[in-house]
Amino acid sequence: MNSLPILSILTIVPLIGAVMLIGLDSQSKRLARGLGLAFSLAGLALAAWLWKAFDGNSPDLQFVERHAWIPSIGAEYFVGVDGLGLLMVLLTALVTPIAMLASWRIEDKPQIYFSMMLLLQAGLFGTFTALNFFHWFIFWELSLVPAFFLIKLWGGPNRSAAATQFFVYTMVGSVAMLLSFLAIYWAVGTFDFIQLAEKGHNGDLASILNVKLGWYNLSRNQLPLIIFAGIFLGFAVKVPLIPFHTWLPMTYAEAPTGTTMMLTGVMSKMGVYGFIRILMPLFPEQMRMILTPLLWLAVATIVFSACAAFAQKDLKRVFAYSSINHLGYCMLGIFAFVKFTGSEPPWSTEKAAVLNGVMLQMFNHGLTAPILFCFIGFLEQRSGGLRGLDQFGGLRKVAPVFCGLMGVSIFASLGLPGLNGFIGEFLIFKGAFPLVTWATALSVIGLLVTAIFLLTVIQRVFNGPLNGKWASLADLSWRERLIVLPATALMFLVGIYPQLLIGKINTTVMQMVDQLKF
Amino acid sequence: MFENLAWLILFLPLLSVAAITLFTRSKPRASAQISIFAVIAAFVLSLIVFVFFRGSETNSLPQASVPWLWVGDFKADIGLRLDALSLGMMLIVTGVGSLIHIYSWGYMKDDPGFARYFASLSLFTFSMLGIVMADNFLMMFIFWELVGISSYLLIGFWYEKASAADACKKAFLTNRIGDFGFLLGILMVWAVLGSLNFQDLEIRLVPHMKDYAPVATAAGLLIFCGAMGKSAQFPLHVWLPDAMEGPTPVSALIHAATMVAAGVYMLCRVFFLLNVPGSHALEVIAWIGGFTALLAALIAVQQNDIKRILAYSTLSQLGYMVMSVGMSGPTAAMYHLTTHAFFKALLFLGAGSVIYAMHHEQNIWRMGALKKKAPATYWTFMVGTLALSGVWPLSGFYSKDSILAQALETNHIALFVLGVFVALLTTFYMFRLVFVVFFGGARSEAADHAHESPDVMTWPLRILAVMSIIGGVMGIEGLYTKQFAPNAEGHAAGFGQQLLAPFSHSPLAAYLGLFAVIMGLGAAYALYSRSLFDPLPEKLGWLSRAMRNRFYFDELYERVIIPFTQEALAKFANAIDRWIISGFMVRGASGTTDLVGRALRLLQTGSLQTYAFLLVAGVALVLYLVLLR
Repeated sequence: MNSLPILSILTIVPLIGAVMLIGLDSQSKRLARGLGLAFSLAGLALAAWLWKAFDGNSPDLQFVERHAWIPSIGAEYFVGVDGLGLLMVLLTALVTPIAMLASWRIEDKPQIYFSMMLLLQAGLFGTFTALNFFHWFIFWELSLVPAFFLIKLWGGPNRSAAATQFFVYTMVGSVAMLLSFLAIYWAVGTFDFIQLAEKGHNGDLASILNVKLGWYNLSRNQLPLIIFAGIFLGFAVKVPLIPFHTWLPMTYAEAPTGTTMMLTGVMSKMGVYGFIRILMPLFPEQMRMILTPLLWLAVATIVFSACAAFAQKDLKRVFAYSSINHLGYCMLGIFAFVKFTGSEPPWSTEKAAVLNGVMLQMFNHGLTAPILFCFIGFLEQRSGGLRGLDQFGGLRKVAPVFCGLMGVSIFASLGLPGLNGFIGEFLIFKGAFPLVTWATALSVIGLLVTAIFLLTVIQRVFNGPLNGKWASLADLSWRERLIVLPATALMFLVGIYPQLLIGKINTTVMQMVDQLKF
Repeated sequence: MFENLAWLILFLPLLSVAAITLFTRSKPRASAQISIFAVIAAFVLSLIVFVFFRGSETNSLPQASVPWLWVGDFKADIGLRLDALSLGMMLIVTGVGSLIHIYSWGYMKDDPGFARYFASLSLFTFSMLGIVMADNFLMMFIFWELVGISSYLLIGFWYEKASAADACKKAFLTNRIGDFGFLLGILMVWAVLGSLNFQDLEIRLVPHMKDYAPVATAAGLLIFCGAMGKSAQFPLHVWLPDAMEGPTPVSALIHAATMVAAGVYMLCRVFFLLNVPGSHALEVIAWIGGFTALLAALIAVQQNDIKRILAYSTLSQLGYMVMSVGMSGPTAAMYHLTTHAFFKALLFLGAGSVIYAMHHEQNIWRMGALKKKAPATYWTFMVGTLALSGVWPLSGFYSKDSILAQALETNHIALFVLGVFVALLTTFYMFRLVFVVFFGGARSEAADHAHESPDVMTWPLRILAVMSIIGGVMGIEGLYTKQFAPNAEGHAAGFGQQLLAPFSHSPLAAYLGLFAVIMGLGAAYALYSRSLFDPLPEKLGWLSRAMRNRFYFDELYERVIIPFTQEALAKFANAIDRWIISGFMVRGASGTTDLVGRALRLLQTGSLQTYAFLLVAGVALVLYLVLLR
C-alpha cells in the first residue's frame, strides 16, 4: 500500500480537473460539465477503493505518506487517514458528483463553475487527510476561496453580501486559528498533529506553552485557554455554534443549489472534524474547564436553531437552520465525550457510543441535508424561483414521486428509525444521557421542534388542497430521479445496516476513548 | 424452526410493502391481494407457533436474535420474544388485521389510492408486529416510531383534505411528545441497569434494586409517557378523535384494536420495571387511566358523529386498561385489551358499513331505522354494543369484571366507583347510538335509501361478532395469567403476591357492573328510543355544551397553548438572531465587514483572472508570513 501514494492522488485528481476546466473556452459547455462530473466520479472511485482497502480493525493511521518539506520550520507533507478521515473523504466524494449533477443547468460560465467545484473538492480532500498544520491550513483556506466565488458569481439576488459575510466570518475564524497555531509552534516547535496530540493527552502542552510564552502576566490557566479560544473560534464559526452562526442562513439561501449542497454536506463538517481531530486531543483540559458554558452553547444551538427554523417562511432558510440544529447534536456529543469521567469501564462504553454517534451524524447529515437542498432546487426550477413555505400546497397530487422521495429525506432528517438519521442521533443521546444528563434532556426539545417544522413543511407543501397555480407542475424527470435515488437508497442502507459505517470507525473511536481516559 | 417461522411472520408484511411499492403500485387489485395474502399467512403461521407454544408447557419459546449494532462494549440486538403476551398480541394483530384487510377490499374499492392504502396497511402490520415481538427496548422503540409513521400515512391517506392533513400532523406530533419521554425513560433504565433486553432487565433488577429504586418513579413515569402518546391518555388524548379522518377500516384496525393498545401492551411488557417497591409510578398511571376513562365517556355522551362516539369510547376503554395496569393488574388489562380488540373492531367496521350505506354521512341524527335496511350490520353492531357495555355472558362482561375486581382487591375504592360509573356511561352512550341509528324513523333521504353492504364487508362483521360473544369463555385470561403469574414466583416477593391474587369471581364487582348496565340501558331507552332530536342539551345545559365541546381541551391546545408557543418560539428565535447580529457580534465585526467590503469593491474588476491572481498572491502572502517566522 505504501508504494502507491493514494491520498496524494486523491487530492491531485480534482486539482488537475480544475486546471483543465479553467483552460476550456466558454463555448464548450457540455464538455465542461462532462469533464467536471468525470473528475468527481474519479474521485468517488478512488474514495471507494480507499474505503475497501481500509482495515477497520487497525487503530493505526493508514495510507500514510510522509515527506520532509521545509525541515527548518517543521513543515512536513504528512497525510494519512483513520476511520474519521476515511468517513469524511467518502462523504466528500459522494456529495461532490451529486452537487455537480444538481448544478447541471448552470449556463453562465459552466467551465469555471465546475472548475471551482473541483477545486473545492480538492481542498476538502486535503483538509480531511492532512496531518500537519502547515499544509492542512493551506487546504483549509483553499476550500474557502472557491466557495466564496461560487456564492459570489452564481448566487441569488443578495449574493454579494452573502459571499462577503461568509468570507469575513470564516476568515476571522481562520486568522484567529492561525495566530493560535503560530503561538503553539513557537512554543513546541512542531506542526505535527500527532505529536501535538500526544503532548495534549499527557498535559505537557499547557505547561510548555506557559514556560515558553509567559506573556503579559497571564496565569497558568489563562494562556492555554486563550490559545485554545483562537482555534475554537475558527471551528465554531465553521460548524457553526451559536452565536457564531449568523453568516449561515443568508449564505445557504443565496448560494446556488449545488454550492449549498457542498456547504451543508461537507464544509460544515470541517468544523466538527476540527473539533475531533485538533481541539479535543490538544486541549482536553481547557475544554473541561469551560465544559458547562460549552454545553450551554450546544444546547442553545440545538434548541434555538430548531425554533428559528420553525419561524422561517423560505424553504431554503428552514433547512439552513435545520442544518445548524443537526450539527448541534454533534457538538453536544463532543462536549459530552470530553467530560472527565475517570477510567471506569461503563463510561468508556458511553463515550464510545457518543463518539460513534457524532461521526455517524456527520455522515448522515452530510448525506441527507444536501439532498434536501437538491429537492428545493428542483422545486425552484419548476416554480420560477419561488420557494416559500406557503406558496405551494397539495403537490402530492401532481408530483407524487417528488413528494415521496423528498418525504423520505425529510423523515431521515427527522430521525425516523429505519433511515440514516436515527442511528447517529440515537447513539449520541444514548451516550450523552448518562454523561451530561441535563443537557441531553434539554436537547430533546430540539428533536421535538424539528419534528414540528418538518411536518409543517410536508403539510403546507405536499398535503392539503392543490394550489391551482401548480396544477401542471412536472414530476421528477428520469435524470432527476437518478440524481437522488442512489442517495435515498444509501439512507435506507445506513439506517438498516449501520454496522457498514461503524465497522470502519469504531476502532478509531475506541482509540480516542482510550487516549482521553485520564 | 419456530424461530424461523417467527421471523417469517414479522417480515411477510414488509415483503408485501416492498413488492407493492416497487412493482405493483399501478395495479390496485394485485397490490391488495399481495397485502391480504401476507397478513393471512402471518395469521396462520402465528396460529401454528401459538399451538406449539400451548403444547410446550414453557413460559416462552427460545429467543432468536441477530446482532444489529455493536459499538465498543455495547451491543444491540434485533430479537424476537415469543411468550403468552406476545403470541396473544400477534394473534390479535394478524387475526383482526386479516378481517380488516378483507373488509377494506370492499370498503376502499373505488378509491384511486387503493394500492397505496394496502401498502400502508402492510407497513402498519409489520411495525405493529415488531413492537409486539421485540425482545428489547431499542427494537421496540424503533418499531414504535414506525407504527407512528404508518399511522401518520394512513390518517393522512386522503391528504388533499385539509382536515386530514392537519389530523395526521397532530397525531404524529402528539405521539412524538410522548415518545421523547419514552426515549428518556429507556435511556434512564439503560444507564442504571445496563441492559435493554427485557429478560436481562428482569434478571438484573434484583441485584441492582438499590440503584434502580431511587429513579424508579421517574423512569416509570417517563416510560409511561410513551404509552400516554400511543394509547392516547390524558393529556395527550386529543389526537385520537381527529385520527378518525382516516378511512374507517384504518380507524378499526389502528385506532381501536391494535396500535392504540400498544401503549397498554408495552406497560404490561415492562410491568416489572413499574412495579417496584417505593415507586409511585403505578399510582399515577392508575389515576391518569381512570381520569381518561371518565373524561372520554362523558364526552362520548354528547357527540353526534358516529365515528367520534366510538373514538371517545375507545379512549375511555383504553383508560380502563391503563387504570388496570396501574392497579397492578396487567392480566386484567391484557384481557380487556383482547376482548376490546374484537368488539371495538366490530363496532368500527359496523360503523363503516353504516357510513357506506349512508353514502358517507356520519351524523347519527341524519340516520335512523337502519335496522331493516341493513340487518346484518344491525345484528352484529348490536352484539358489539352488548359486549362493550358488559352484558353477561358476552366477552366484555368478563374482562371488565376482572378490572373492577382488581380495583376491589387492591383497595382502590374510589377507582372502583369510577369504573362502575364509567360502565354506566358506556352503556348509555352506546345505546343512545344504537337507538338513534337503527331504530325510530329515517331522519334523512339518505337513511331512507340506505342499503346493506356487500358480503366482503359483512362476513368480517359476523366473524368478529362471534368472537365478541365467546371471547369471555375462550381461556384468554388463563393465557395471560400464565404469563404474569409464573414470573411472580421466581422474582421479587411483593410483586408475586400481588400478581398471583386469585381472580375468583368478586360478587360485588359483578353485581354492581350489571346494575350499571341496566341503569345505563334504561336511561338510554327512556331518552332516545323514540326521540327525533337529542333531549339532553336542554336538560343538562352548560354541562352538555362542555361535553359536546370535549371540555374545551382541543380549544385550549389549539387556540391558547400552541399559538402562544409558536408565537413565542418565533419571536424568541428572531430576537436572538437580531440581538446577535446587531448586538455584540457584528457591531464589532461590522467595522471589519465594511472595510473588507470596501476593499473588495475596489478589487472588484469583474475579471476572473484578477481574482485568480489575487488568490495565488494571497496564498503566497500567507506562506511568506509563516515561513519568515
